[in-house]
Amino acid sequence: MAFTLYSLLQAALLCVNAIAVLHEERFLKNIGWGTDQGIGGFGEEPGIKSQLTNLIRSVRTVMRVPLIIVNSIAIVLLLLFG
Amino acid sequence: MAYHSGYGAHGSKHRARAAPDPPPLFDDTSGAYSSQPGGYPAPGADVTFNVNHLLGDPMANMAMAYGSSIASHGKDMVHKELHRFVSVNKLKYFFAVDTAYVAKKLGLLVFPYTHQNWEVQYSRDVPLPPRQDLNAPDLYIPTMAFITYVLLAGMALGIQKRFSPEVLGLCASTALVWVVIEVLALLLGVYLATVRSDLSTFHLLAYSGYKYVGMILSVLTGLVFGSDGYYVAWAWTSSALMYFLVRSLRTAALGPDSVGGSAPRQRLQLYLTLGAAAFQPLIIYWLTFHLVR
Repeated sequence: MAFTLYSLLQAALLCVNAIAVLHEERFLKNIGWGTDQGIGGFGEEPGIKSQLTNLIRSVRTVMRVPLIIVNSIAIVLLLLFG
Repeated sequence: MAYHSGYGAHGSKHRARAAPDPPPLFDDTSGAYSSQPGGYPAPGADVTFNVNHLLGDPMANMAMAYGSSIASHGKDMVHKELHRFVSVNKLKYFFAVDTAYVAKKLGLLVFPYTHQNWEVQYSRDVPLPPRQDLNAPDLYIPTMAFITYVLLAGMALGIQKRFSPEVLGLCASTALVWVVIEVLALLLGVYLATVRSDLSTFHLLAYSGYKYVGMILSVLTGLVFGSDGYYVAWAWTSSALMYFLVRSLRTAALGPDSVGGSAPRQRLQLYLTLGAAAFQPLIIYWLTFHLVR
């Protein structure tokens, strides 16, 4: 497996896209990973599931606009240079 | 004659000084330029040439001053942006090493089984720099080991007559990409398991970079002693590195802040440490076996 830095960027972009398309209402709530399901409890140990849920929600919130820009750049580059 | 031309030059300088172009700028540059013609091998004919030089170049002087101010402004901006992303002081901590530390640390990476005290020492809540504490992680050894690994890969490929400059760049970027992937995976693991410790990104980068020492030793042994020597060295360096990582991360992850913690969380941290350690032999093998055929 010979990687270049550009392939790492492409893989990272695909992963972030995959996280960003997880819809809150249609999908995450149905499998119990919604953001209003059980994050309560101000105890010291959030647990893995709530950490994951928080991570997904924050990635979706933060990366919505930058992903549009980065995806457009990637599409243009792929069209131009294959 | 000289007095006349000198007077002429002086007079024209006065006239130029009174010109409506921005006077302070003109004063500066004329001061700068008047020192230069002093160094000129200046016969009398050149005085008029210098005057024309002065008169004809106010735009160039202004452009030069503007350009230098732009350059310094750009440099300040770059410094500010860099400081926002990479804290240079924290980075300096990782490079504060000396020869004795490097020698002892390399010995520890190869033979960690007799080391007793794995705690990182602090002085008033600030971790001691690597110069004074053998257990402190540093970034000097990983950086140098990475460069040495790339050079060694080139040499190994050259011995087998498979060398070309593109392969060298590909090898270097592949190794770098694997380190980045591993650091990202470790960061994700640390976040998910809510490890509260002093493990910053640079610490994880340092611990990930220590595997390059094992890679170099394996490749060297493989080149000198053939394929069997490579496997022996790979097994030895992998186990030493696994032991080193588990001991270091256990005392670093269970730092001064996380006292106790619940049982499942401690089990998560243990799994994280063991997973990070078990990943090392795989990646050492993956990145070096194609160099030792």
